[in-house]
Amino acid sequence: MCGIAGLFLKNEALHADLGRLTALMLHEMCDRGPDSAGFAVYGGGDGRAKLVLLSKTGETDFPALATRMGAALGAAADIGTLRDHAVLRTDAEGRAARAWIIENAPDVTVLSLGTSIEVFKGVGDPDRVAADFGLAGRGGTHAIAHTRMATESAITTTGSHPFSTGADTCLVHNGSLSNHNNLREVLAAQGERFQTENDSEVAAAYLAHRMGEGDTLDEALRGALRDLDGFYTFAIGTKDGFAVLRDPIACKPAVIAETDDWVAMASEFRAIAPLPGVETARIWEPEPARIYSWSHAA
Amino acid sequence: MTTDTLRNDGLDLSALSLREVNAALQDASEGAFTVLNPGGAHALACGLDAPVEVMIRGHAGYYCAGMNQCASVTVEGNASTGVAENMMSGMVRVRGNVSQSAGATAHGGLLVIEGDASARCGISLKGAEIVVGGNVGHMSAFMAQAGALVVCGDAGEALGDSIYEARLYVRGTVASLGADCVEKEMRDEHRAQLADLLARAGMDADPADFRRYGSARQLYNFKIDNAY
Repeated sequence: MCGIAGLFLKNEALHADLGRLTALMLHEMCDRGPDSAGFAVYGGGDGRAKLVLLSKTGETDFPALATRMGAALGAAADIGTLRDHAVLRTDAEGRAARAWIIENAPDVTVLSLGTSIEVFKGVGDPDRVAADFGLAGRGGTHAIAHTRMATESAITTTGSHPFSTGADTCLVHNGSLSNHNNLREVLAAQGERFQTENDSEVAAAYLAHRMGEGDTLDEALRGALRDLDGFYTFAIGTKDGFAVLRDPIACKPAVIAETDDWVAMASEFRAIAPLPGVETARIWEPEPARIYSWSHAA
Repeated sequence: MTTDTLRNDGLDLSALSLREVNAALQDASEGAFTVLNPGGAHALACGLDAPVEVMIRGHAGYYCAGMNQCASVTVEGNASTGVAENMMSGMVRVRGNVSQSAGATAHGGLLVIEGDASARCGISLKGAEIVVGGNVGHMSAFMAQAGALVVCGDAGEALGDSIYEARLYVRGTVASLGADCVEKEMRDEHRAQLADLLARAGMDADPADFRRYGSARQLYNFKIDNAY
């Protein structure tokens, strides 16, 4: 069992409240996933590549790492730390920066990369993870949060969701995949860099890879229905978009609610109940094997 | 706080705990109660065994009105997984939509879903009657043993898979029938049963528009042909 909460804002007036509302949703999903938690927030950036880094040892010298990377890639980089995480901004090309860090900083996991997305995660009580990384105070356009009850891999910060391998793309997963080992090898052979043994990271990498090859989000999800085997309810974020997909058997729960101001998706309605205007929301259970997606892009 | 006080004020889940609300309902031997601000809470109004009336004003979470006996529970909203699961008698009505496994293993009573039900509605049904105003999802009435499922809309894939003796009535389309489920003749006794169910559920539908499905009874016995 895991808990999912996603919120995609349609009304700009709510942007400042994104984190606060997402934290309310996450709170309701605590007992679906008490092991660990994480969230992705899509918000402002300055156009430079932005990477969120996790120190696996808790002892990484992040400023020194930024200096080393900047020198190696010939680009300016500045970094701010928050507990065992750091947000690195650089003029270097984002994928090159991610690859360099994975290659040269074995004590660091790259949690996200993009111009908008920031991913934070931790082990333990989801409310505490949200508080530790200031979720409630964060603004933005959309957010996806996850509470984890581990089944497929160890309870670690790196094994927490969301998973993000491609620029501004992330995925959270309730379920388990059965063909992830084979698919991981296929994707790795095509150049995808993996950082965990987690099945959900493979799903994230699959979507990122497909979109990197030119697929739209909907096209990538149609491919996922064909190529991913297992149980899943996914919530997916892109720079401008938000999507929900359930496998054809649809054992893993999901509910969607929509108003003129927002779209919300969660494992259970109680995560949606605290949202403003929920009384008049259109509420439904997403159908199996049907792609639901929303976009800010014109 | 006495049961009477709670009854008069309504049971407000923004002020009372779920245990307090359920205890008040379970302690009552009669009367009408209103539950306010349910907020998708789990196991609301479950385990009732007296002829009380419960009105839930909002959306309910998992297993709402589970194991119901004698009580009449109405949800003025949606209900999540397993509404009225293992119901023995009484009536449960949901004004909105319900999630999967509605009425699972229910032995008796009437479950009315005015909106849609998702997957596995009436799974392992053991004698209860279910009337759905909208559609039902895939694998509905899976391994249903007794009782009836009425669908005023469409049914998803694998309707009635491995069904025993429950009766299925569908007005709209059936995406596909499950193993050992076949269309059957509508005789007078079936039209009478369907008319009675529709009337009790308050559904405005003509029994003549429905088709009946049930077990081909080919999976009942071990077949040597299936052995290795």
